[in-house]
Amino acid sequence: MIAVRFFASLRDAVGTAGLDLGSSRMPADLDGLLCVLRERLDGEAYAAITGASVRIAVNQTLVEGNAALTAGDEVAFLPPVSGG
Amino acid sequence: MLRSVRVIAEDFDVGVEWSALRTALHGGSGAIAAFCGLVRDRVDQETVTTLTLEHYPGMTEPSIEAIIDRAEARWPLDAVWVIHRVGALSPADQIVLVLTASAHRDAAFAGCEFVMDYLKTDAVFWKKETRGGVSHWVESTHADRRRASDWDAPGK
Repeated sequence: MIAVRFFASLRDAVGTAGLDLGSSRMPADLDGLLCVLRERLDGEAYAAITGASVRIAVNQTLVEGNAALTAGDEVAFLPPVSGG
Repeated sequence: MLRSVRVIAEDFDVGVEWSALRTALHGGSGAIAAFCGLVRDRVDQETVTTLTLEHYPGMTEPSIEAIIDRAEARWPLDAVWVIHRVGALSPADQIVLVLTASAHRDAAFAGCEFVMDYLKTDAVFWKKETRGGVSHWVESTHADRRRASDWDAPGK
């Protein structure tokens, strides 16, 4: 099982804060997870989470490009940040 | 170096934090610099009623620690304390407190400004502004990113 989390504007776009994926078919990497999400989400939501400014964190660490996933991993989709 | 990173929903008391840090320094520092950010009531001539801050527990704190690491590598700082609030805030509410301590004021001022500039651009927070009943997510501005990247300019 992979826990997928959406934050801020992406949670609004997807309509949920998170999804648990892979109970039947466990994605082996981020690319596989994105394929599953493309099937699960509507086109607008999928476009939002794959936007150019969106960053992806696996287990709270930012990753660039593809990354291997193992059961229990948490994958977060992060829109541009703004603190202070 | 003394460091403290707190991400909290409740308000903080600058005086209490200041005194706690001053006491913890045991006289070894000659300066404390403080910055406290507040919620403004107007943006682009529109009234802001609520600013809602969201974070990612487990990722936000390390993102602040990484900013402090960079400040510590750059200036002889004795302390960096950061408090950042999350949740729904109203105009005049305190959002963020940065306290830095050093032997002399130069490092304390510069370290405080550096940490604050990067909190705007690199710390993992999201802000939703509500104006006139309409809410929208706010991104760090070009000016914010410029201020932060200016720290890498030659001569800084």
